[in-house]
Amino acid sequence: MDYEVTIGLEVHAQLATESKMYCSCSTDYRDAPPNTHVCPVCLGMPGSLPVINKKAVEYTIMTAMALNSTISRYTKFDRKNYCYPDLMKGYQISQYDVPIGVGGCVNIEGDDGTRKRINLTRVHLEEDVAKLWHGEGHSLIDVNRAGIPLMEMVSEPEIGSPEDARDYLVKLRNIVRYLGVSTGNMEEGSFRCDANISVRPRGRKELSPKSELKNLNSFKAVYQALQYEAQRQAEVLEEGGKLVQETRGWLGDTGRTVVQRSKEDADDYRYFPEPDLPPLMLDEKWLDDIRSHLPELPEARRDRFMNQFGLSLYDANVLTGSKPLADYFDECLKLTDRGKAKELSNWILGDFSRLLNLDDIDIADARVRPQHLLDLLALLDNGVIGGPAAKVVLEEMFRSGQEARDIVEQKKLSQLSDEAQLLDVVTQVIANNTRAVADYKAGKQQALKFMTGQVMKATRGRANPAVVQEILAREMEGE
Amino acid sequence: MKLSHKQVKHIAWLARLGLDEAEVDKFSHQLSNILKNFEVLQQLDTSDVLPTTQSALLSNVFREDKASESLSKTDVLLNAPRQKEDCFEVQAILE
Repeated sequence: MDYEVTIGLEVHAQLATESKMYCSCSTDYRDAPPNTHVCPVCLGMPGSLPVINKKAVEYTIMTAMALNSTISRYTKFDRKNYCYPDLMKGYQISQYDVPIGVGGCVNIEGDDGTRKRINLTRVHLEEDVAKLWHGEGHSLIDVNRAGIPLMEMVSEPEIGSPEDARDYLVKLRNIVRYLGVSTGNMEEGSFRCDANISVRPRGRKELSPKSELKNLNSFKAVYQALQYEAQRQAEVLEEGGKLVQETRGWLGDTGRTVVQRSKEDADDYRYFPEPDLPPLMLDEKWLDDIRSHLPELPEARRDRFMNQFGLSLYDANVLTGSKPLADYFDECLKLTDRGKAKELSNWILGDFSRLLNLDDIDIADARVRPQHLLDLLALLDNGVIGGPAAKVVLEEMFRSGQEARDIVEQKKLSQLSDEAQLLDVVTQVIANNTRAVADYKAGKQQALKFMTGQVMKATRGRANPAVVQEILAREMEGE
Repeated sequence: MKLSHKQVKHIAWLARLGLDEAEVDKFSHQLSNILKNFEVLQQLDTSDVLPTTQSALLSNVFREDKASESLSKTDVLLNAPRQKEDCFEVQAILE
């Protein structure tokens, strides 16, 4: 039978604030010893009172705007009660019925450029929970992470495949990174994703009970877990079984999902308005101010790269798919004219990216700064070095941090364009390849290419191919 | 509205309270009575009244995003009935 997959993603992003959501403990918990970023508010001590972090609200508004959500003019916080010791208060301060952002959408694109719109349900603000370690017969709690501002972005259940889910997630992360509101790091857990998925026979109206997938800590895990789960649910239906609503954990090692617990209903959380936090009235002036300071977002930047610099859709997409890469490219174009854009994009996406990936270095940290790359391209464009040599020089610049000109001098990589110097080599190559010379004379143009290659080889790539061809043609005619 | 024994047991479970049958019966009466009083209140026409979640009439109370000193680890763990490796220790909670 043919099945239809329905996926909804709940994405949590830790906001890149200095202090926690409701108190002034530091958010810098990653290398901190357990329970050292904790105060009476984090501990839910009697008499302690939370106070809202303004920047966290601002970051959430920025994100909601970037995701095309409607901003609630009146918004508030609510208590979500549950019995799990990852929050010492016994409840999480979250948002229930009036989230900061309502609705919204993101466009994703297939490889063929077709656009799909994924709608969002909401964008809201809450707090992260403590870290738990489960040992034999006991669990240990470190409260450092509890209270870090956590922004939740919920999609409508309308994503049709694991591929689209992954693309949507990539888009979302790119947006929070462009905004600078979250590091978006999945491995470190500052950007997390829970996925709801259900499978039904194609054409059937009502959705099947969904599984909520947890422990998806990379893009690959999200994709693989959804693929596995779609398959598993289809098999259950195929065998005439019934699907049940449950939470399942992804086990990357075995490539399977396993049942964790049956899900509580929203009623069970006994949400009610947080009495310790006054509501927020988001006035027009504040919102306008935030809107006017929104940075250029990935799609706008991609369109600009295409219109302003004439890049292809593909190149513009790859460049703007990473903010540091796009920043670097923009930085280069500030220092040179737009006629160089295509060449720059080729170098950044080609050899430079290869080196960055090999060493797992972010372009922002690379020793080759925009001016250095432009210096190298100037040597290439002025014929001082040839293409193959330029690649060698870039790698050397990347490793040693030296400037292009110095490397060219030290390694004697400058291009040979001097006729007198090249003539000796050409004469030698002609003497060694009588067959090819005969072919050339018989009218085979291919032979000229072959001969040029031989000269390039003999000069270890330093010869200027255009000059070589000229001399070769002349000398072979004269044979 | 009358609360059933099943509903009382569900509420007790959410609050992690262990009740015996006699208590379930007792609380189902008591809680039902409380709900009855709300039924009286619900007769009022409140269609023109906005829900009140706060009585202090405040809004937009913020703090600036500045980090400051936290408690010492000793103070954090001072009231913990059990601790281990600088963490709070509780009974195993994974099902």
